[in-house]
Amino acid sequence: MVKFNRFTLDNGLRVIVHEDNTTPMAVLNILYDVGARDEDPEQTGFAHLFEHLMFGGSVNIPVYDEPLQRVGGENNAFTSNDITNYYITLPSANLETAFWLESDRMLSLAFSEKSLEVQRNVVIEEFKQRYLNQPYGDVWLKLRPLVYKTHPYRWATIGKTIKHIEDAKIEDVKAFFKKHYNPQNAIMVVGGNVTTEQVKELSEKWFGAIPAGEKYLRDLPQEPEQTEARRETVTAKVPLNDVYIAFQMGARTDADYYAVELLSDVLSRGNSSRLYKSLIKEKQIFSEVHAYITGSLDKGMFVLEGKPLDGISIEQGEAALWEELEKIKAEEIPADELTKVQNKTESTMIFSEMSLLDKAMNLASFELLGDADLINHETAKYLAVSAAQVKEQANKLFRQDNSSTLIYLAEK
Amino acid sequence: MINRQLAPEFRAIDNISLIRPQHLPLDNGVNIFCFNSGDQELVRIEWIFSNLTFDPAKPLLNMAVNSMLTDGTKTLTAAQIADKIDFYGAFLQVDYGYENSQVTLYSLNKHLHHTLPVIADILNNSIFPEKELETFKRNQQQKLQVSLQKNDVVARRAFNRAVYGSTIFGYAAEMGDYQTLQQDDMLAHYKKMYQPANCTIVIAGKIESETLTLLTDTFDKSWPNTSEIGVTIQPDIKAAADLFYFTEKPEALQSAIRIGTPIINRSHADFQPLQVLNTVLGGYFGSRLMANIREDKGYTYGIGSGLASFKQVGSFFIATEVGADVCKLAVAEIEKEINMLKTELVPEEELSLVRNYMLGSLLGSLENVFSHADKFKSIYFAGLDYDYYDRYTTTVKNITSDKLIQLANTYFNFDQFYKVIVGKY
Repeated sequence: MVKFNRFTLDNGLRVIVHEDNTTPMAVLNILYDVGARDEDPEQTGFAHLFEHLMFGGSVNIPVYDEPLQRVGGENNAFTSNDITNYYITLPSANLETAFWLESDRMLSLAFSEKSLEVQRNVVIEEFKQRYLNQPYGDVWLKLRPLVYKTHPYRWATIGKTIKHIEDAKIEDVKAFFKKHYNPQNAIMVVGGNVTTEQVKELSEKWFGAIPAGEKYLRDLPQEPEQTEARRETVTAKVPLNDVYIAFQMGARTDADYYAVELLSDVLSRGNSSRLYKSLIKEKQIFSEVHAYITGSLDKGMFVLEGKPLDGISIEQGEAALWEELEKIKAEEIPADELTKVQNKTESTMIFSEMSLLDKAMNLASFELLGDADLINHETAKYLAVSAAQVKEQANKLFRQDNSSTLIYLAEK
Repeated sequence: MINRQLAPEFRAIDNISLIRPQHLPLDNGVNIFCFNSGDQELVRIEWIFSNLTFDPAKPLLNMAVNSMLTDGTKTLTAAQIADKIDFYGAFLQVDYGYENSQVTLYSLNKHLHHTLPVIADILNNSIFPEKELETFKRNQQQKLQVSLQKNDVVARRAFNRAVYGSTIFGYAAEMGDYQTLQQDDMLAHYKKMYQPANCTIVIAGKIESETLTLLTDTFDKSWPNTSEIGVTIQPDIKAAADLFYFTEKPEALQSAIRIGTPIINRSHADFQPLQVLNTVLGGYFGSRLMANIREDKGYTYGIGSGLASFKQVGSFFIATEVGADVCKLAVAEIEKEINMLKTELVPEEELSLVRNYMLGSLLGSLENVFSHADKFKSIYFAGLDYDYYDRYTTTVKNITSDKLIQLANTYFNFDQFYKVIVGKY
């Protein structure tokens, strides 16, 4: 059970307080309701580049990191296709420093040309390090546009191409800030050794006077249902072949979501999972095999991936994956197997309560989904899933005409 | 109106209090250390064993025996072990380190009577089945092929080999090494290493008296020593003579750089002062290396430096991946930063920031009872006691710029550093 209090400032900023006096630390987490899906198709990678620029100084504070480190704090941020999330952890005695820093960059950035120039370079190096200079690093750059034809999920958060990052102008940065970085589009969670009264007072003091800004109304082109099997083959300098099969699935807020997640757990969570036991240990088809879901806010992806062993052809690998999928479509999973993945989900939830930062981020995510209190009802939703529902989802998802297959061939 | 240009008042961190364990020695030689705290009805239990002496002819034994502990016992198959653990929502991990190898169980308290017997079985009756061993070798070799395509991995392997020589610390597996693995050797190694007298148990979480009784019942009377323990001392380290290693990758977009040197370890009085010097140079986001090479020049996504400390050896290293076209420039900037530490005093303003950052970071690293147990392990296995942390905070609070410049001149000689480049240069 994660307890919290909640209030909203006049300018629309939603604030959640989680009091936890077992720690001498505090966390301030701000989620901005903007991700790569909100980008212009001709300016992809912008939400993430912007995240970097948020550390380049704000209107009244020339540098962001230094004053925070000076009071014993640390921070970081991440951008996904759906959201951009910033967090600070610091000794709770110095909580006000976090309010000062975060409120000033919500008020306005410094918009320095030098910062833009340097962060463009840093992000280009990040692009190379994570996506281009790694074996299989560009898989997502290829798989996304295969699965999505309309929705902006068709590009990765890093962007479609380095060119889009090189072309970013300071005017674009300013416009993006105005559109997305205002109190109405943000959710703040303050947790740790703090009191609700104290957080109310500090929130009013530092965030209260920030203009509400305009509410961003999201109206994204939704992905139509897939009706044909898609396939692409690429050859690259990698040591092993790799097979990806992605299926379109529902959104994170769909009622079916819980059954689909358990379906992926049955297939691939841990060494007792079906794919691991059957395809790595028994049949010895793959050296590695995984199944996972993206958990996206709009229509998501259910992904299977496997690296076939030497001497196993791509066709054999694909056939082996489909055999497992057909099996789970045909037969309900036994009660014990369902209980197993449900138990695992339940204990994972309890273990995640050991981390203050995890709790703060989860509260923010659930508030974005509609209500922070969902965090306390998640487990029950997984426990309520039946074997019949898991089977139903398997049949709904695992169809050839809902599949996108990416074959990654090793150049010999 | 508030003055937004003015930073709020702040307080320096005074007291950092660490939870110390309750020590419970058992008759069979096991030492249990208990950290009892927390609200959640769960525990983490670690069974930690010293590795046996590294054998260059059979270099993978310590690692492979540890990795395959979950692959079958006299009565349970690998699949059955995984089923049991997963069914009760528990997590079972095996981890190989240079000095110690361990088994870790995360379990809800209410399921411990089901999960603990599985661990007991693993520690008493593992058999390393032939078929599982073949699968292990094959899959490890495939993974190694992928790793060897990563420039940072290749750089780390070359660096460790140079700094630590042909020891357990410097060893990096080659494809052919997997063929040296034999079931008989593994069984013999297992028997000499996974014995109560070579085991330390660290338990952290909400520990009720029933939990402890269950733990001692399972791992005392019913866990006798059945064999002499093998030798757990690692031979002395001889670093390589060559200082420069370049692996060319003509198509690389980025080059991996790793630069450093053998250095004193945690037990030396200069270690904590060196940690401060390391933080100034490359130990945090605002460090000099990051400020210069990422934030000013934009050569890299990230650069950092660190200190590694083992019982018999330590090392200092700088690691980064930079644009292939700016690799030489980046190395020159690294050299410049090292030399600046030797010639210019660290300004008081920067030093006070580093002090506060390090203390905050120590406080922040104590997130929950597991972190307190981790702090204990760092000192216990290095043969140190809790004074270590008192000295750490005292050092961080009081160290002077004079001491830092003196340390830099004692320990940092860029010309004598090992330098590894993978990519273009």
